[in-house]
Amino acid sequence: MPVNICVLAKQVVDPEMPAAAFRIDSDARQVVPPPNIPPVVNGFDENAVEAALRIKDAQDAAVTVISSGTAFALDVMKKPLSMGADELVLLQDDAFANTIDAFLTVQMLTAAINKLGGFDLIICGRQASDWDNAQVPLGVAETLGMSCITLGKKVDVQDGKVVVERLAPDGYDVVEADLPVLVTVSNELGQPRYPTLRGIMAATRKRPTVWTSGDLELSAQQLEPRITLHDLFIPERNQECELIEGDDDADAARKLALRLREDRFI
Amino acid sequence: MADATGILVFGDAPGGQLGATAGELLAAGRSLADALGQELSIAILGADVGDAPQQAIAAGADQALAVTSPALADYHPDLHLAAMQAVAADTNAGIILIARNNEGRELAPRLAFRLGVGLAQDCLEVAADAGTGRLLANRPVYGGSAVAVVSCNQSPQIAAIRPKTYEPLEPDAARAGTVVAFPVDIDPAAARTRVVDVVKEEAEGIKLEDARIVVSGGRGLGGPEPFAQLEELAGLLGGAVGASRAAVDSGWVPANQQVGLTGKTITPDLYITVAISGASQHMAGCSGSKAIVAINKDGDANIFKEARYGVVGDWEKVIPALTETVRELTQS
Repeated sequence: MPVNICVLAKQVVDPEMPAAAFRIDSDARQVVPPPNIPPVVNGFDENAVEAALRIKDAQDAAVTVISSGTAFALDVMKKPLSMGADELVLLQDDAFANTIDAFLTVQMLTAAINKLGGFDLIICGRQASDWDNAQVPLGVAETLGMSCITLGKKVDVQDGKVVVERLAPDGYDVVEADLPVLVTVSNELGQPRYPTLRGIMAATRKRPTVWTSGDLELSAQQLEPRITLHDLFIPERNQECELIEGDDDADAARKLALRLREDRFI
Repeated sequence: MADATGILVFGDAPGGQLGATAGELLAAGRSLADALGQELSIAILGADVGDAPQQAIAAGADQALAVTSPALADYHPDLHLAAMQAVAADTNAGIILIARNNEGRELAPRLAFRLGVGLAQDCLEVAADAGTGRLLANRPVYGGSAVAVVSCNQSPQIAAIRPKTYEPLEPDAARAGTVVAFPVDIDPAAARTRVVDVVKEEAEGIKLEDARIVVSGGRGLGGPEPFAQLEELAGLLGGAVGASRAAVDSGWVPANQQVGLTGKTITPDLYITVAISGASQHMAGCSGSKAIVAINKDGDANIFKEARYGVVGDWEKVIPALTETVRELTQS
């Protein structure tokens, strides 16, 4: 039996965009997507795709990627397919806009996971670079009643169990659990692979499954918001930087040391 | 749950002493309790919590629950979560605060989902509206590029507090409070994950989190070798060496030296950044530093907006001269 793996991936505004391009619509309390900078697959979610594909490299496995959002850039969201994932399921509906409310996102994702018949292993990025909530994976595990291992830097499946090297503040723990399990991964897992030309061609031919809220049969109680967003603003920085200058870089460095001594830092 | 009242914080007691983040949560909780005119309780989880309950009362709690079970001797998310759920049900608190430390990253979201309520995640500041009883939380989003003000719509309102954002209150041994024994019956078999090995990769010398001075290097260093120069400088200053995520992702330094949103949070007196651009995700781990020094050849780099002192220059020229001058200053 192939290991049936699901990866949860989110489309986000590019976190590498220049600071000057980061704008907020205060009235709408949302970030304005920069016009000329395409969105990306959340970085940690690409690590999750990579973790799934490494398992698939080693054994018989199928990888389904699920994403929830409002307006997908299809060429962006097809990247996991071009890396080697098998299926893409997009949950696309205006009702899925409020992603600061992790509870709502979890209702949609778990409904889709159940509709797909469940998975042996769900792999998620540790958090998304937009709201930095780090809640959805844990919420999915709780809602589906799955075991949960967070912050993996290595994920293996062997003999019906998953073995994870889990990041700890001073090293790592090796943690295992019987399938089904949900695992979150961090950037320490290593760089995601680049899509191959063959992968890109294959992804071009694949059509994602697209479901709306109506396909997921969610109850009113499930769709009741848990979080209210009152304000969203760019914090002001008041720090005045004292630029230390000298005849050359080395001279400036010497003056810096003297200044730090004068102010009793060293 | 409309009659839910009181502030509840969760803490631990490593070695029978109140854990560091518990003191921070009590400081945050005390201000909420005073604003709302409610009681502040702490639930201290462990096999044996020692003197921690008395220390918690001295640090601001009105009531300290010693939540004990042999199954809570070591941290296990499934078992600790079961204990937290029991305490939440029994105390019926209106507001719950949890530290967003390594354990809280798992426990806070799972508790919120188990209770079917929202979680204000990774908060820098919490305040209570006495009129509505609502908890308003300021939390950084978009890697710290923006701040969101959020509240929870249901009760209990749960917030995870970023470590090192609140200062523990000065301990006052004369403060009055009650200690309540709260033994819980936790079945160790409820643990669904097993730790089969623990691998330590601790860097030598002073721990990054404890260092008074930290020297960090970033992408602009171009490789692993320059970190030896940062080690030399840090050694002279009695400090530790950190790194940006870019340096860790490139494999130049071990992951446990990463400072930032998804790495370590540090609050040194002096933070010297070398060839670090100062992305908000990095600043999220070091913005509590008393003073930041920026050494970067790009004068437009964001780090100069965060730094108190800056040198616009080539680190290859700056670091040797800085190191030599520090050597003269510290050894004279």
